[in-house]
Amino acid sequence: MPDRTTIEFSGLTKTFGTVKAVSDLSFRVEPGVVTGFLGPNGAGKTTSLRMLLGLVTPTSGTATFGGVAYRDLENPLATVGTALEASSFHPGRSARKHLEVYAAAAGLPPSRIDFVLGLVGLSTYAERRAGGFSMGMRQRLGLASALLGDPGVLVLDEPTNGLDPEGIRWMRGFLRSRAAEGRTVLVSSHVLSEVQQSVDRVIIISRGRSVFEGTLDSLERGGAVRVDSPDRRYSRRSPSPAWRRDEPRRACSSRVRPQSRSAISPSPREFP
Amino acid sequence: MIAAIRSEILKLTSVRLWWVLLLILVGYVGFTAALLAGLFGALGDQMSAQEGAPQFPDGLLPPIVYSTATAIGYVFPLILGALAVTSEFRYQTLTPTFLAQPRRSVVLGAKLVVLAVAGALYGVAALVASVGLGAPVLTLVGVPAGLDDGDTWLLMARVVLAMALWAAIGVGLGTLIPNQVASIVIVLAFTQFLEPILRVGTSFIEWTAAVGRFLPGAASDALVGASVFTSLGSGTATVEPLEWWQGGLVLAAYGAVVAVIGALTTWRRDVT
Repeated sequence: MPDRTTIEFSGLTKTFGTVKAVSDLSFRVEPGVVTGFLGPNGAGKTTSLRMLLGLVTPTSGTATFGGVAYRDLENPLATVGTALEASSFHPGRSARKHLEVYAAAAGLPPSRIDFVLGLVGLSTYAERRAGGFSMGMRQRLGLASALLGDPGVLVLDEPTNGLDPEGIRWMRGFLRSRAAEGRTVLVSSHVLSEVQQSVDRVIIISRGRSVFEGTLDSLERGGAVRVDSPDRRYSRRSPSPAWRRDEPRRACSSRVRPQSRSAISPSPREFP
Repeated sequence: MIAAIRSEILKLTSVRLWWVLLLILVGYVGFTAALLAGLFGALGDQMSAQEGAPQFPDGLLPPIVYSTATAIGYVFPLILGALAVTSEFRYQTLTPTFLAQPRRSVVLGAKLVVLAVAGALYGVAALVASVGLGAPVLTLVGVPAGLDDGDTWLLMARVVLAMALWAAIGVGLGTLIPNQVASIVIVLAFTQFLEPILRVGTSFIEWTAAVGRFLPGAASDALVGASVFTSLGSGTATVEPLEWWQGGLVLAAYGAVVAVIGALTTWRRDVT
Protein backbone atom coordinates (compact mmCIF):
# COMPACT_ATOMS: atom_id res chain seq x y z
CA MET A 1 0.00 0.00 0.00
CA PRO A 2 1.26 3.49 -0.80
CA ASP A 3 2.26 6.03 1.83
CA ARG A 4 -0.22 7.84 4.01
CA THR A 5 -1.69 10.64 1.97
CA THR A 6 -3.49 13.75 3.13
CA ILE A 7 -6.13 15.32 0.93
CA GLU A 8 -6.05 19.08 1.04
CA PHE A 9 -8.68 21.46 -0.26
CA SER A 10 -7.46 25.02 -0.39
CA GLY A 11 -9.68 27.93 -1.32
CA LEU A 12 -11.50 25.77 -3.85
CA THR A 13 -14.08 27.76 -5.80
CA LYS A 14 -16.26 26.90 -8.79
CA THR A 15 -18.60 29.23 -10.56
CA PHE A 16 -21.06 28.02 -13.20
CA GLY A 17 -22.16 31.16 -15.01
CA THR A 18 -23.42 33.36 -12.21
CA VAL A 19 -23.99 30.50 -9.78
CA LYS A 20 -21.33 29.88 -7.19
CA ALA A 21 -21.46 26.11 -6.75
CA VAL A 22 -18.50 25.97 -4.40
CA SER A 23 -16.94 28.94 -2.64
CA ASP A 24 -13.61 29.09 -0.93
CA LEU A 25 -13.67 25.54 0.39
CA SER A 26 -10.68 24.69 2.59
CA PHE A 27 -10.18 21.59 4.69
CA ARG A 28 -7.88 18.62 5.19
CA VAL A 29 -8.70 14.93 5.13
CA GLU A 30 -6.25 12.93 7.22
CA PRO A 31 -5.25 9.31 6.79
CA GLY A 32 -6.25 6.70 9.34
CA VAL A 33 -9.78 7.95 9.89
CA VAL A 34 -13.00 7.91 7.92
CA THR A 35 -14.05 11.44 7.01
CA GLY A 36 -17.64 12.18 6.13
CA PHE A 37 -18.35 14.90 3.59
CA LEU A 38 -21.91 15.91 4.29
CA GLY A 39 -24.41 18.33 2.94
CA PRO A 40 -27.88 18.45 1.44
CA ASN A 41 -28.45 17.75 -2.24
CA GLY A 42 -27.07 20.52 -4.37
CA ALA A 43 -24.67 21.75 -1.70
CA GLY A 44 -21.68 21.26 -3.98
CA LYS A 45 -20.36 17.93 -2.69
CA THR A 46 -20.10 16.22 -6.06
CA THR A 47 -18.68 19.31 -7.75
CA SER A 48 -16.02 19.55 -5.02
CA LEU A 49 -15.10 15.89 -5.43
CA ARG A 50 -14.97 16.22 -9.22
CA MET A 51 -12.61 19.17 -8.88
CA LEU A 52 -10.47 17.10 -6.50
CA LEU A 53 -10.31 14.38 -9.17
CA GLY A 54 -9.41 16.65 -12.06
CA LEU A 55 -12.72 16.10 -13.85
CA VAL A 56 -13.91 19.66 -13.29
CA THR A 57 -11.54 22.60 -13.53
CA PRO A 58 -11.81 24.89 -10.49
CA THR A 59 -12.44 28.59 -11.03
CA SER A 60 -9.81 29.16 -8.36
CA GLY A 61 -8.10 27.30 -5.54
CA THR A 62 -6.61 23.82 -5.44
CA ALA A 63 -7.35 20.33 -4.20
CA THR A 64 -4.44 17.93 -3.90
CA PHE A 65 -3.33 14.53 -2.67
CA GLY A 66 -0.24 15.08 -0.54
CA GLY A 67 0.41 18.25 -2.49
CA VAL A 68 -0.06 16.69 -5.95
CA ALA A 69 -3.06 17.47 -8.15
CA TYR A 70 -4.90 14.39 -9.46
CA ARG A 71 -3.96 15.19 -13.07
CA ASP A 72 -0.28 15.13 -12.09
CA LEU A 73 -0.37 11.84 -10.18
CA GLU A 74 2.14 9.33 -11.49
CA ASN A 75 -0.22 6.41 -11.11
CA PRO A 76 -3.72 7.72 -10.40
CA LEU A 77 -5.68 4.48 -9.86
CA ALA A 78 -2.97 3.06 -7.60
CA THR A 79 -3.02 6.26 -5.53
CA VAL A 80 -6.68 7.21 -5.37
CA GLY A 81 -9.69 4.91 -5.67
CA THR A 82 -12.88 6.64 -6.71
CA ALA A 83 -16.52 5.71 -6.94
CA LEU A 84 -18.60 8.66 -8.08
CA GLU A 85 -22.11 7.94 -9.28
CA ALA A 86 -23.36 4.43 -9.81
CA SER A 87 -24.17 4.84 -13.50
CA SER A 88 -20.85 5.20 -15.31
CA PHE A 89 -21.04 1.90 -17.14
CA HIS A 90 -21.63 0.98 -20.72
CA PRO A 91 -24.82 -1.05 -20.35
CA GLY A 92 -23.64 -3.57 -22.94
CA ARG A 93 -20.35 -4.32 -21.19
CA SER A 94 -20.03 -7.07 -18.59
CA ALA A 95 -18.79 -6.28 -15.09
CA ARG A 96 -15.53 -8.11 -15.73
CA LYS A 97 -14.93 -6.35 -19.08
CA HIS A 98 -15.69 -3.01 -17.45
CA LEU A 99 -12.94 -3.62 -14.91
CA GLU A 100 -10.60 -4.96 -17.62
CA VAL A 101 -10.95 -1.72 -19.60
CA TYR A 102 -9.83 0.46 -16.70
CA ALA A 103 -7.25 -1.96 -15.32
CA ALA A 104 -5.67 -1.91 -18.78
CA ALA A 105 -5.80 1.89 -18.97
CA ALA A 106 -4.03 2.18 -15.62
CA GLY A 107 -1.58 -0.63 -16.35
CA LEU A 108 -2.81 -2.73 -13.41
CA PRO A 109 -2.37 -6.51 -13.31
CA PRO A 110 -5.45 -8.49 -14.49
CA SER A 111 -5.22 -10.59 -11.32
CA ARG A 112 -6.70 -7.65 -9.41
CA ILE A 113 -9.99 -8.02 -11.30
CA ASP A 114 -11.02 -11.36 -9.80
CA PHE A 115 -9.80 -10.17 -6.44
CA VAL A 116 -11.92 -7.02 -6.34
CA LEU A 117 -14.95 -8.81 -7.82
CA GLY A 118 -14.73 -11.29 -4.97
CA LEU A 119 -14.19 -8.53 -2.44
CA VAL A 120 -17.42 -6.73 -3.33
CA GLY A 121 -19.35 -9.97 -3.82
CA LEU A 122 -19.87 -9.72 -7.59
CA SER A 123 -17.99 -12.85 -8.69
CA THR A 124 -21.13 -14.70 -9.72
CA TYR A 125 -22.35 -11.74 -11.79
CA ALA A 126 -19.01 -10.96 -13.43
CA GLU A 127 -20.03 -12.04 -16.94
CA ARG A 128 -23.38 -10.26 -16.87
CA ARG A 129 -23.87 -6.98 -18.68
CA ALA A 130 -23.92 -4.01 -16.33
CA GLY A 131 -27.08 -2.67 -17.99
CA GLY A 132 -29.11 -5.30 -16.13
CA PHE A 133 -27.61 -4.56 -12.74
CA SER A 134 -29.64 -3.36 -9.78
CA MET A 135 -28.64 -0.16 -8.01
CA GLY A 136 -26.90 -2.15 -5.29
CA MET A 137 -24.91 -4.17 -7.82
CA ARG A 138 -23.90 -0.98 -9.62
CA GLN A 139 -22.65 0.44 -6.34
CA ARG A 140 -20.61 -2.70 -5.78
CA LEU A 141 -19.16 -2.54 -9.27
CA GLY A 142 -18.28 1.10 -8.69
CA LEU A 143 -16.53 0.15 -5.48
CA ALA A 144 -14.72 -2.68 -7.27
CA SER A 145 -13.35 -0.12 -9.79
CA ALA A 146 -12.24 2.08 -6.91
CA LEU A 147 -10.32 -0.80 -5.33
CA LEU A 148 -8.62 -1.98 -8.55
CA GLY A 149 -5.33 -0.25 -7.86
CA ASP A 150 -5.24 -1.03 -4.11
CA PRO A 151 -5.10 2.73 -3.47
CA GLY A 152 -4.10 4.47 -0.25
CA VAL A 153 -6.89 6.99 -0.69
CA LEU A 154 -10.58 6.26 -1.21
CA VAL A 155 -13.00 8.92 -2.43
CA LEU A 156 -16.57 7.63 -2.48
CA ASP A 157 -19.65 9.65 -3.42
CA GLU A 158 -22.78 8.38 -1.66
CA PRO A 159 -21.49 4.79 -1.52
CA THR A 160 -24.40 3.44 0.49
CA ASN A 161 -27.10 4.69 -1.90
CA GLY A 162 -29.17 1.75 -3.05
CA LEU A 163 -27.52 -0.78 -0.80
CA ASP A 164 -29.62 -3.08 1.36
CA PRO A 165 -29.10 -3.02 5.17
CA GLU A 166 -26.69 -5.91 4.93
CA GLY A 167 -24.73 -4.06 2.25
CA ILE A 168 -24.68 -0.85 4.27
CA ARG A 169 -23.40 -2.74 7.30
CA TRP A 170 -20.72 -4.37 5.18
CA MET A 171 -19.71 -1.01 3.72
CA ARG A 172 -19.35 0.54 7.17
CA GLY A 173 -17.10 -2.24 8.37
CA PHE A 174 -15.16 -2.10 5.14
CA LEU A 175 -14.50 1.65 5.34
CA ARG A 176 -13.46 1.39 8.98
CA SER A 177 -11.02 -1.43 8.30
CA ARG A 178 -9.52 0.51 5.38
CA ALA A 179 -9.01 3.56 7.58
CA ALA A 180 -7.54 1.38 10.33
CA GLU A 181 -4.90 0.26 7.83
CA GLY A 182 -3.81 3.87 7.57
CA ARG A 183 -5.64 4.73 4.40
CA THR A 184 -7.37 8.02 3.78
CA VAL A 185 -11.13 7.61 3.37
CA LEU A 186 -13.45 10.41 2.25
CA VAL A 187 -17.14 9.52 2.00
CA SER A 188 -19.83 11.92 0.91
CA SER A 189 -23.45 11.59 1.89
CA HIS A 190 -26.56 13.66 2.25
CA VAL A 191 -27.86 11.39 4.99
CA LEU A 192 -26.08 11.82 8.32
CA SER A 193 -27.35 8.59 9.84
CA GLU A 194 -25.92 6.55 7.00
CA VAL A 195 -22.40 7.60 7.84
CA GLN A 196 -22.94 8.29 11.55
CA GLN A 197 -21.68 4.92 12.65
CA SER A 198 -18.75 4.81 10.30
CA VAL A 199 -17.17 8.25 10.23
CA ASP A 200 -14.80 9.80 12.75
CA ARG A 201 -14.70 13.32 11.37
CA VAL A 202 -17.19 15.27 9.35
CA ILE A 203 -17.07 18.23 7.05
CA ILE A 204 -20.47 19.72 6.37
CA ILE A 205 -21.05 22.02 3.45
CA SER A 206 -24.11 23.96 2.54
CA ARG A 207 -24.58 26.15 -0.54
CA GLY A 208 -20.99 25.55 -1.51
CA ARG A 209 -19.54 26.72 1.81
CA SER A 210 -18.05 24.74 4.63
CA VAL A 211 -20.25 25.19 7.70
CA PHE A 212 -18.75 22.63 10.06
CA GLU A 213 -15.54 20.74 10.35
CA GLY A 214 -14.64 18.50 13.27
CA THR A 215 -15.35 15.25 15.03
CA LEU A 216 -18.78 13.75 15.21
CA ASP A 217 -18.82 14.28 18.97
CA SER A 218 -18.30 17.99 18.68
CA LEU A 219 -21.03 18.06 16.05
CA GLU A 220 -23.42 16.34 18.43
CA ARG A 221 -22.55 18.74 21.21
CA GLY A 222 -22.32 21.88 19.15
CA GLY A 223 -25.84 22.14 17.87
CA ALA A 224 -24.81 24.51 15.10
CA VAL A 225 -26.29 22.13 12.60
CA ARG A 226 -29.70 20.70 13.22
CA VAL A 227 -30.10 17.05 12.51
CA ASP A 228 -33.65 16.92 11.39
CA SER A 229 -35.85 13.89 11.45
CA PRO A 230 -39.33 12.98 12.58
CA ASP A 231 -37.65 11.29 15.47
CA ARG A 232 -35.31 13.97 16.67
CA ARG A 233 -35.20 12.79 20.28
CA TYR A 234 -33.82 9.51 19.10
CA SER A 235 -31.16 11.20 17.05
CA ARG A 236 -30.14 13.32 20.02
CA ARG A 237 -29.56 10.26 22.08
CA SER A 238 -27.19 8.97 19.50
CA PRO A 239 -24.48 6.62 20.71
CA SER A 240 -21.57 7.85 22.76
CA PRO A 241 -18.12 7.56 21.20
CA ALA A 242 -17.15 4.69 23.51
CA TRP A 243 -20.28 2.81 22.62
CA ARG A 244 -19.60 3.26 18.95
CA ARG A 245 -16.10 1.97 19.23
CA ASP A 246 -17.02 -1.01 21.35
CA GLU A 247 -19.98 -2.25 19.43
CA PRO A 248 -19.94 -0.75 16.01
CA ARG A 249 -22.12 -3.50 14.62
CA ARG A 250 -25.10 -2.94 16.87
CA ALA A 251 -25.78 0.41 15.38
CA CYS A 252 -25.85 -0.91 11.88
CA SER A 253 -27.55 -4.22 12.34
CA SER A 254 -30.32 -4.89 9.92
CA ARG A 255 -32.88 -4.71 12.70
CA VAL A 256 -35.51 -2.23 11.65
CA ARG A 257 -35.31 0.94 13.64
CA PRO A 258 -38.21 3.31 14.04
CA GLN A 259 -36.44 5.97 11.98
CA SER A 260 -33.11 5.36 10.50
CA ARG A 261 -32.87 8.07 7.88
CA SER A 262 -32.29 11.42 9.45
CA ALA A 263 -31.43 14.06 6.92
CA ILE A 264 -29.34 17.12 7.45
CA SER A 265 -31.47 20.15 7.16
CA PRO A 266 -29.86 23.07 5.39
CA SER A 267 -31.82 25.60 7.36
CA PRO A 268 -29.59 28.65 6.93
CA ARG A 269 -30.49 30.52 10.10
CA GLU A 270 -29.14 27.67 12.17
CA PHE A 271 -25.74 27.84 10.60
CA PRO A 272 -23.21 30.14 12.20
CA MET B 1 0.07 5.35 -24.52
CA ILE B 2 0.37 1.56 -24.87
CA ALA B 3 -1.91 1.14 -21.83
CA ALA B 4 -4.40 3.62 -23.26
CA ILE B 5 -4.39 1.76 -26.59
CA ARG B 6 -4.99 -1.58 -24.88
CA SER B 7 -7.87 -0.03 -22.96
CA GLU B 8 -9.43 1.35 -26.15
CA ILE B 9 -9.14 -2.04 -27.88
CA LEU B 10 -10.97 -3.63 -24.93
CA LYS B 11 -13.64 -0.93 -25.04
CA LEU B 12 -14.27 -1.59 -28.71
CA THR B 13 -14.29 -5.38 -28.53
CA SER B 14 -16.25 -5.77 -25.27
CA VAL B 15 -19.56 -4.52 -26.67
CA ARG B 16 -21.54 -5.86 -29.59
CA LEU B 17 -21.52 -2.78 -31.81
CA TRP B 18 -18.39 -3.61 -33.83
CA TRP B 19 -19.60 -6.91 -35.21
CA VAL B 20 -23.17 -5.77 -35.78
CA LEU B 21 -21.87 -2.91 -37.95
CA LEU B 22 -19.39 -5.26 -39.62
CA LEU B 23 -22.11 -7.76 -40.57
CA ILE B 24 -24.25 -5.02 -42.12
CA LEU B 25 -21.22 -3.61 -43.95
CA VAL B 26 -20.24 -6.98 -45.42
CA GLY B 27 -23.81 -7.82 -46.42
CA TYR B 28 -24.50 -4.40 -47.96
CA VAL B 29 -21.21 -4.16 -49.87
CA GLY B 30 -21.31 -7.80 -51.03
CA PHE B 31 -24.85 -7.46 -52.32
CA THR B 32 -24.16 -4.18 -54.14
CA ALA B 33 -20.91 -5.45 -55.68
CA ALA B 34 -22.59 -8.59 -57.01
CA LEU B 35 -25.52 -6.56 -58.32
CA LEU B 36 -23.29 -4.04 -60.12
CA ALA B 37 -21.09 -6.78 -61.58
CA GLY B 38 -24.11 -8.66 -62.88
CA LEU B 39 -25.92 -5.58 -64.15
CA PHE B 40 -23.03 -3.91 -65.98
CA GLY B 41 -21.67 -7.24 -67.17
CA ALA B 42 -24.97 -8.13 -68.77
CA LEU B 43 -25.35 -4.58 -70.10
CA GLY B 44 -21.89 -4.78 -71.68
CA ASP B 45 -22.81 -8.09 -73.31
CA GLN B 46 -25.93 -6.61 -74.81
CA MET B 47 -24.12 -3.53 -76.12
CA SER B 48 -21.31 -5.50 -77.72
CA ALA B 49 -23.95 -7.59 -79.51
CA GLN B 50 -25.03 -4.45 -81.34
CA GLU B 51 -22.78 -3.16 -84.07
CA GLY B 52 -21.34 0.30 -83.43
CA ALA B 53 -22.64 0.64 -79.86
CA PRO B 54 -20.28 2.18 -77.25
CA GLN B 55 -18.27 -0.44 -75.43
CA PHE B 56 -17.01 -0.57 -71.86
CA PRO B 57 -13.27 -0.19 -72.11
CA ASP B 58 -11.43 -3.23 -70.87
CA GLY B 59 -10.60 -3.18 -67.18
CA LEU B 60 -13.06 -0.40 -66.31
CA LEU B 61 -15.63 -2.55 -64.61
CA PRO B 62 -13.66 -4.45 -61.91
CA PRO B 63 -12.43 -1.28 -60.10
CA ILE B 64 -16.01 0.07 -60.02
CA VAL B 65 -17.28 -3.19 -58.54
CA TYR B 66 -14.46 -3.62 -56.02
CA SER B 67 -14.48 0.00 -54.87
CA THR B 68 -18.05 -0.35 -53.59
CA ALA B 69 -16.17 -1.29 -50.40
CA THR B 70 -15.50 2.41 -49.88
CA ALA B 71 -17.98 4.08 -52.22
CA ILE B 72 -20.93 2.81 -50.17
CA GLY B 73 -19.12 1.22 -47.22
CA TYR B 74 -17.27 4.27 -45.86
CA VAL B 75 -20.18 5.30 -43.67
CA PHE B 76 -19.66 2.24 -41.42
CA PRO B 77 -16.15 3.04 -40.09
CA LEU B 78 -17.32 6.66 -39.84
CA ILE B 79 -20.19 5.62 -37.55
CA LEU B 80 -17.98 3.23 -35.58
CA GLY B 81 -15.51 6.03 -34.90
CA ALA B 82 -18.20 8.54 -33.94
CA LEU B 83 -19.90 6.06 -31.59
CA ALA B 84 -16.60 5.20 -29.91
CA VAL B 85 -16.53 8.77 -28.64
CA THR B 86 -20.20 9.67 -28.23
CA SER B 87 -20.99 6.52 -26.22
CA GLU B 88 -18.43 7.68 -23.64
CA PHE B 89 -20.39 10.90 -23.25
CA ARG B 90 -23.75 9.17 -23.35
CA TYR B 91 -23.01 6.51 -20.71
CA GLN B 92 -20.81 8.86 -18.65
CA THR B 93 -17.89 6.48 -18.99
CA LEU B 94 -15.66 9.52 -19.55
CA THR B 95 -15.53 9.72 -15.75
CA PRO B 96 -13.77 6.34 -15.21
CA THR B 97 -11.79 6.87 -18.42
CA PHE B 98 -10.33 10.19 -17.26
CA LEU B 99 -9.83 8.87 -13.74
CA ALA B 100 -7.66 6.07 -15.12
CA GLN B 101 -5.87 8.38 -17.56
CA PRO B 102 -6.18 12.04 -16.57
CA ARG B 103 -4.19 13.20 -19.60
CA ARG B 104 -7.10 13.53 -21.97
CA SER B 105 -5.03 13.99 -25.10
CA VAL B 106 -3.52 10.53 -24.53
CA VAL B 107 -7.03 9.04 -24.46
CA LEU B 108 -7.98 10.82 -27.68
CA GLY B 109 -4.73 9.78 -29.38
CA ALA B 110 -5.28 6.15 -28.41
CA LYS B 111 -8.84 6.29 -29.74
CA LEU B 112 -7.63 7.67 -33.08
CA VAL B 113 -5.02 4.93 -33.41
CA VAL B 114 -7.31 2.05 -32.39
CA LEU B 115 -10.23 3.22 -34.52
CA ALA B 116 -7.98 3.76 -37.56
CA VAL B 117 -6.81 0.16 -37.25
CA ALA B 118 -10.42 -1.00 -36.78
CA GLY B 119 -11.39 1.02 -39.88
CA ALA B 120 -8.61 -0.66 -41.86
CA LEU B 121 -9.92 -4.07 -40.76
CA TYR B 122 -13.41 -2.99 -41.83
CA GLY B 123 -11.82 -2.14 -45.18
CA VAL B 124 -10.34 -5.63 -45.47
CA ALA B 125 -13.72 -7.19 -44.61
CA ALA B 126 -15.52 -4.94 -47.11
CA LEU B 127 -13.03 -5.98 -49.82
CA VAL B 128 -13.55 -9.64 -49.01
CA ALA B 129 -17.24 -8.96 -49.67
CA SER B 130 -16.89 -6.78 -52.79
CA VAL B 131 -14.14 -8.85 -54.45
CA GLY B 132 -15.33 -12.17 -53.06
CA LEU B 133 -18.77 -11.75 -54.62
CA GLY B 134 -17.97 -9.26 -57.40
CA ALA B 135 -15.14 -11.22 -59.03
CA PRO B 136 -17.05 -14.51 -59.50
CA VAL B 137 -20.06 -12.64 -60.89
CA LEU B 138 -17.83 -10.69 -63.33
CA THR B 139 -16.25 -13.96 -64.48
CA LEU B 140 -19.70 -15.46 -64.84
CA VAL B 141 -20.85 -12.68 -67.20
CA GLY B 142 -17.61 -12.91 -69.15
CA VAL B 143 -15.72 -9.86 -67.89
CA PRO B 144 -12.09 -10.38 -66.82
CA ALA B 145 -11.99 -10.03 -63.03
CA GLY B 146 -8.59 -8.33 -63.12
CA LEU B 147 -7.22 -10.15 -60.09
CA ASP B 148 -3.94 -10.83 -61.91
CA ASP B 149 -3.50 -7.09 -62.36
CA GLY B 150 -1.21 -5.26 -59.90
CA ASP B 151 -3.34 -2.12 -60.19
CA THR B 152 -6.33 -3.98 -58.75
CA TRP B 153 -4.31 -4.87 -55.66
CA LEU B 154 -3.06 -1.30 -55.31
CA LEU B 155 -6.67 -0.16 -55.44
CA MET B 156 -7.50 -2.56 -52.63
CA ALA B 157 -4.64 -1.18 -50.52
CA ARG B 158 -6.00 2.34 -51.04
CA VAL B 159 -9.48 1.13 -50.02
CA VAL B 160 -8.02 -0.08 -46.72
CA LEU B 161 -6.29 3.28 -46.19
CA ALA B 162 -9.48 5.21 -46.96
CA MET B 163 -11.50 3.14 -44.49
CA ALA B 164 -8.89 3.76 -41.77
CA LEU B 165 -9.08 7.51 -42.42
CA TRP B 166 -12.88 7.47 -42.30
CA ALA B 167 -12.85 5.83 -38.87
CA ALA B 168 -10.43 8.49 -37.62
CA ILE B 169 -12.70 11.21 -39.05
CA GLY B 170 -15.53 9.56 -37.08
CA VAL B 171 -13.53 9.89 -33.85
CA GLY B 172 -12.91 13.56 -34.57
CA LEU B 173 -16.56 14.11 -35.39
CA GLY B 174 -17.60 12.41 -32.15
CA THR B 175 -15.43 14.76 -30.12
CA LEU B 176 -16.80 17.72 -32.04
CA ILE B 177 -20.45 16.63 -31.64
CA PRO B 178 -20.62 14.56 -28.43
CA ASN B 179 -24.39 14.16 -28.57
CA GLN B 180 -24.83 10.64 -29.92
CA VAL B 181 -28.14 11.16 -31.69
CA ALA B 182 -27.06 14.46 -33.24
CA SER B 183 -23.79 12.92 -34.32
CA ILE B 184 -25.43 9.96 -36.09
CA VAL B 185 -28.10 12.13 -37.69
CA ILE B 186 -25.44 14.49 -39.06
CA VAL B 187 -23.35 11.58 -40.40
CA LEU B 188 -26.30 10.00 -42.17
CA ALA B 189 -27.79 13.26 -43.46
CA PHE B 190 -24.45 14.43 -44.81
CA THR B 191 -23.16 11.21 -46.33
CA GLN B 192 -26.43 9.84 -47.69
CA PHE B 193 -28.16 13.03 -48.76
CA LEU B 194 -26.30 16.32 -48.61
CA GLU B 195 -22.96 15.30 -50.07
CA PRO B 196 -24.33 13.35 -53.07
CA ILE B 197 -26.45 16.40 -53.93
CA LEU B 198 -23.49 18.74 -53.52
CA ARG B 199 -21.28 16.52 -55.64
CA VAL B 200 -23.77 16.43 -58.47
CA GLY B 201 -24.70 20.09 -58.00
CA THR B 202 -21.13 21.33 -58.20
CA SER B 203 -20.22 19.25 -61.21
CA PHE B 204 -21.80 21.50 -63.84
CA ILE B 205 -19.74 24.67 -63.57
CA GLU B 206 -15.97 24.76 -63.85
CA TRP B 207 -15.12 26.52 -60.58
CA THR B 208 -17.72 24.74 -58.42
CA ALA B 209 -16.55 21.43 -59.80
CA ALA B 210 -13.03 22.37 -58.77
CA VAL B 211 -14.28 23.01 -55.23
CA GLY B 212 -16.49 19.93 -55.25
CA ARG B 213 -13.43 17.73 -55.64
CA PHE B 214 -12.54 18.60 -52.06
CA LEU B 215 -15.77 17.26 -50.53
CA PRO B 216 -14.83 14.37 -48.22
CA GLY B 217 -16.63 11.71 -50.24
CA ALA B 218 -15.08 12.98 -53.47
CA ALA B 219 -11.64 13.01 -51.87
CA SER B 220 -12.19 9.46 -50.69
CA ASP B 221 -13.15 8.35 -54.21
CA ALA B 222 -10.08 10.13 -55.58
CA LEU B 223 -7.89 8.31 -53.06
CA VAL B 224 -9.35 4.94 -54.01
CA GLY B 225 -9.23 5.82 -57.70
CA ALA B 226 -12.62 4.50 -58.68
CA SER B 227 -16.20 4.77 -57.61
CA VAL B 228 -19.55 3.96 -59.02
CA PHE B 229 -20.48 7.61 -58.41
CA THR B 230 -17.58 9.20 -60.32
CA SER B 231 -18.01 6.72 -63.14
CA LEU B 232 -21.63 7.64 -63.53
CA GLY B 233 -20.65 11.30 -63.13
CA SER B 234 -23.41 13.50 -64.46
CA GLY B 235 -21.56 16.81 -64.57
CA THR B 236 -20.70 18.67 -67.71
CA ALA B 237 -17.70 20.57 -66.38
CA THR B 238 -14.35 19.00 -67.10
CA VAL B 239 -12.06 19.25 -64.12
CA GLU B 240 -9.11 17.00 -63.48
CA PRO B 241 -9.94 14.81 -60.49
CA LEU B 242 -7.54 14.87 -57.55
CA GLU B 243 -4.58 12.53 -57.61
CA TRP B 244 -4.97 9.57 -55.28
CA TRP B 245 -2.43 10.96 -52.82
CA GLN B 246 -4.08 14.36 -52.91
CA GLY B 247 -7.41 12.72 -52.09
CA GLY B 248 -5.74 10.92 -49.19
CA LEU B 249 -4.25 14.14 -47.85
CA VAL B 250 -7.59 15.95 -48.11
CA LEU B 251 -9.29 13.12 -46.24
CA ALA B 252 -6.60 13.07 -43.55
CA ALA B 253 -6.93 16.86 -43.25
CA TYR B 254 -10.66 16.52 -42.57
CA GLY B 255 -9.86 14.06 -39.77
CA ALA B 256 -7.16 16.27 -38.29
CA VAL B 257 -9.32 19.42 -38.37
CA VAL B 258 -12.36 17.88 -36.66
CA ALA B 259 -10.20 16.05 -34.08
CA VAL B 260 -8.21 19.17 -33.19
CA ILE B 261 -11.31 21.36 -32.88
CA GLY B 262 -13.02 18.66 -30.80
CA ALA B 263 -9.95 18.22 -28.60
CA LEU B 264 -9.80 21.95 -27.92
CA THR B 265 -13.52 22.28 -27.15
CA THR B 266 -15.74 19.48 -25.81
CA TRP B 267 -12.89 17.14 -24.89
CA ARG B 268 -11.50 19.72 -22.46
CA ARG B 269 -14.78 20.53 -20.82
CA ASP B 270 -15.77 19.71 -17.25
CA VAL B 271 -16.99 16.14 -16.88
CA THR B 272 -20.04 16.32 -14.64
